[in-house]
Amino acid sequence: MNQTPQPHAVKSQAFVENSDKAHWHDEALWFIREKRDKQVHGIPEWERLRETASQIKGHTLSKLDTYLIAFEEKATALGAHVHWAKDGREHNQIVYDILRKHQVQRVVKSKSMLTEECHLNPFLEKHGIEVVDTDLGERIVQLRQETPSHIVLPAIHIKKEEVGALFHEHLGTEIGATDPKYLTEAARHHLREKFMDADAGITGVNFAIAETGGIVVCTNEGNADLGVSLPKLHIACMGLEKLIPHVKDLSVFTRLLARSATGQPITTYTSHFHGPRDGGELHIVLLDNGRTALRQNETYSEALNCIRCGACMNTCPVYRRSGGHSYSATVPGPIGSVLNPMQDAATYQSLPFACSLCGSCTDVCPVKIPLHHQLLTLRNHIRLKGHLAWSKKIAMALTARVLGRPLLFRFFGAIARRGMSVWPGLLNNRFNTWGKQRDLPEPPAASFASWYKKNRKDKKV
Amino acid sequence: MVVGLFIPCYVDQFYPDVGIATLELLEHFNVDVVFPEAQTCCGQPMANAGCTDDAGPLAHRFVQIFKSYDYIVAPSGSCVAMVRHHYDSYLGTHPDFLSLKSKTYELCEFMVDVLKVDALDLSFPYRVGLHESCHGLRELRMGQSSEIVGPTFSKSRQLLELIGGLEITALKRPDECCGFGGTFAVNEEAISCMMGLDRLADHEQAGTQVLTATDMSCLMHLSGLIKRQKKPVHVMHIAQILAGRIPSE
Repeated sequence: MNQTPQPHAVKSQAFVENSDKAHWHDEALWFIREKRDKQVHGIPEWERLRETASQIKGHTLSKLDTYLIAFEEKATALGAHVHWAKDGREHNQIVYDILRKHQVQRVVKSKSMLTEECHLNPFLEKHGIEVVDTDLGERIVQLRQETPSHIVLPAIHIKKEEVGALFHEHLGTEIGATDPKYLTEAARHHLREKFMDADAGITGVNFAIAETGGIVVCTNEGNADLGVSLPKLHIACMGLEKLIPHVKDLSVFTRLLARSATGQPITTYTSHFHGPRDGGELHIVLLDNGRTALRQNETYSEALNCIRCGACMNTCPVYRRSGGHSYSATVPGPIGSVLNPMQDAATYQSLPFACSLCGSCTDVCPVKIPLHHQLLTLRNHIRLKGHLAWSKKIAMALTARVLGRPLLFRFFGAIARRGMSVWPGLLNNRFNTWGKQRDLPEPPAASFASWYKKNRKDKKV
Repeated sequence: MVVGLFIPCYVDQFYPDVGIATLELLEHFNVDVVFPEAQTCCGQPMANAGCTDDAGPLAHRFVQIFKSYDYIVAPSGSCVAMVRHHYDSYLGTHPDFLSLKSKTYELCEFMVDVLKVDALDLSFPYRVGLHESCHGLRELRMGQSSEIVGPTFSKSRQLLELIGGLEITALKRPDECCGFGGTFAVNEEAISCMMGLDRLADHEQAGTQVLTATDMSCLMHLSGLIKRQKKPVHVMHIAQILAGRIPSE
C-alpha cells in the first residue's frame, strides 16, 4: 500500500554522516538506558516481574475473545461507548463520526502511538478539525510537521537550539533562546490556551482492564488528564493488545513500564478512567489493524506483549546511531522492525537487517519478547516473500555449495589468501564495502587445517 | 574423553594461530583433541542473511561430522550459539542433534564448566580490554549481561583473572556490541563502523593495551578499524592469551 521507502542502511548512513549529532543522539539515549539500569537493579525481583508480565500477556492473548467481550460489557455498564475498528481507516472514520456528531472543531490529543499508526491527525485535519498534540515532544514534532522518532521520546532527535528556533517562529519566544525551562514555560502557556478552547480530548490507552472495564493512561506531563477534564467528550483509542485481565495484574505492569521507559519508578500521572465523567461522554475505540493476524502466528505472536515502553530503542546500538526516522515507520527500533515487516514485508523489507543481533533488546524487554530471534527469522520471512536481492541469494547459495565440499572450501580458501597477500589493495579500498573503513586480515600462508595435517600427523579422526 | 575441535571457517583460513592456541591449550589440560578435517562451516552466515535453505544442509553435515565425539569445543561463542540455539529449525528433535547440542561448548565455557580450571601458571603483564562478544554473553549466557538483574559473572573474565600481572580495564559500556553482526557489517557498513569505533574509543579511554574477546569475528572487525586508523592497540583472541602467547607487532 505504501511506496517502498529508502532502505534503513541508506538513511542510517546519512544520519551517521553528521558524526557529532549521531554521537549526541547515541549518548542521549544511552543516558536513559543507564537511568533504567539504576532503577531496575534496585528491584531484586525484576526478572520475576518480567516473567510474570510475559505470562499475563500470553494468557490474555490466548483468551483474547473472552477478555475483549468482558471488557466491552463492563465498560458499557460503566457508561462508556465501545467501538470496534478492523483497520486504521475504520478507526479514523469512527473517531471522525463521533467528533462530527458533537460538532467538534478543536481537539487536544495526548500521546498515542496508535493514532500515529492510523495517521489520524492528517485525516481529521482534512475534515477541517484542528488537532493539537499536547505532549511537549509530540507538539514539537507536530510544529515541525514531522513524525515522532521514538515512541516515548518523540522529539529525542531534536536539539534544544532547534526547539528554540521553532518556538520563536511559532510561539513567539525570544530569538536564540535555548533554556529548556523558558521554552517549556512558553509551551505550557501555548498549550493551556489549546486546552481551554478544546471541544474534545483524545487519549491513548496504556492498559485496559477486562475485570472492571476501566482504562489506564500513563503520562509524565498530566496532559491527558487536562485534555479530558476540560472538554466533555473523551475518545480513548487503543489496540486490542492493551488488554489485561485483572486490576491486580496492573501492578506488575506499572512497576515495569516507567522503569523500562525512562528510568523512573512510576510515571508522574497514572490515571484511571472508569466510565465517563459526570455529564460527559467516553468513547473507547478498539483497533485490530493486523493484531489478530499476528496473534495467530506462533513465531511472532509474542510481539503483541509489547507495552510500548521504548526500552528496546534506548538500548539498541543501531537505533541510537541511526535515529528513529531511518526506520520509515511509526514504531521504529527493534520492536518496530518486527511489527512493521509482519504487516507489510515489501515496504519494510530492510528493517530485519538493521540489526547486529546483539540481543540487548531481548534482555531489556520488560515483557520478554524474543526480539533478536524474531529479527533473525524474519530475514528468512523476507526472503520467502521474495524481497531478498538476487545477488545476495546467489552469493549465499554459491558459498553454501562450496562449504558443503571440504576440498573445494580449502582450495578456494587457499586461492583467496594467496590473492590477498599478493595484492592487498584489491580489497582494502572504497569499492569493497568491508574495506571502506576497515583493513582485511593479513592472510596467513597456511590454514589451520594444513598446519594440523603437518603437525598432528598421528591423529586419526 | 575425546574432544572434536570445531574451528570456524574464517578462523581456519585467516587466523590459524587461534586454532593452534585452542588446540595447545586443551592439550595442556590433557584433553585428547581431534580436528575432523571434513568440517567447513556451521552455516551461520547463510542463516544470518535469511537463506535458511542454504544453511540447513550445512547444519546436517555438522551433526554427522561431530556426533561421535564426547564434546565439541570451538573458540567462538557465536558459532556455538548457532549450533545450540538455531539448529532446531533444521534438525528438530533428531536424536543425534539433541545429544550433540548439549555437548557443544565455547572454549572458555568448556574450561570453566567441564575442565573446572581454577589455576593458570601464566603471566601477562598488560592492561587487557575484554570485549564481551554478544553471542557468548546473551545467547550462551557465559556471563551476566548488563540488562539482566542478578549476580554478575563472566566465564572469560574469570579465566583472565587467573593470569598473573593481567589487569582488566574498566569500560564505560561493559557489554555493548562491536557492530560486526555478520552480514550486518557490510549491509549497514556506516553503523557497523561507527559502533566499532565507539567501542575502540571506550577501550582507549580505559587504557586498553591488548583487546581480546571470545569471538574472532568481533576482533576481525575491530582490528580492521584499528589497522586502518593505526591505533596503538593489540588484538588477541582469548585462546591466544590463555595459551601463553605474547602480543606481537
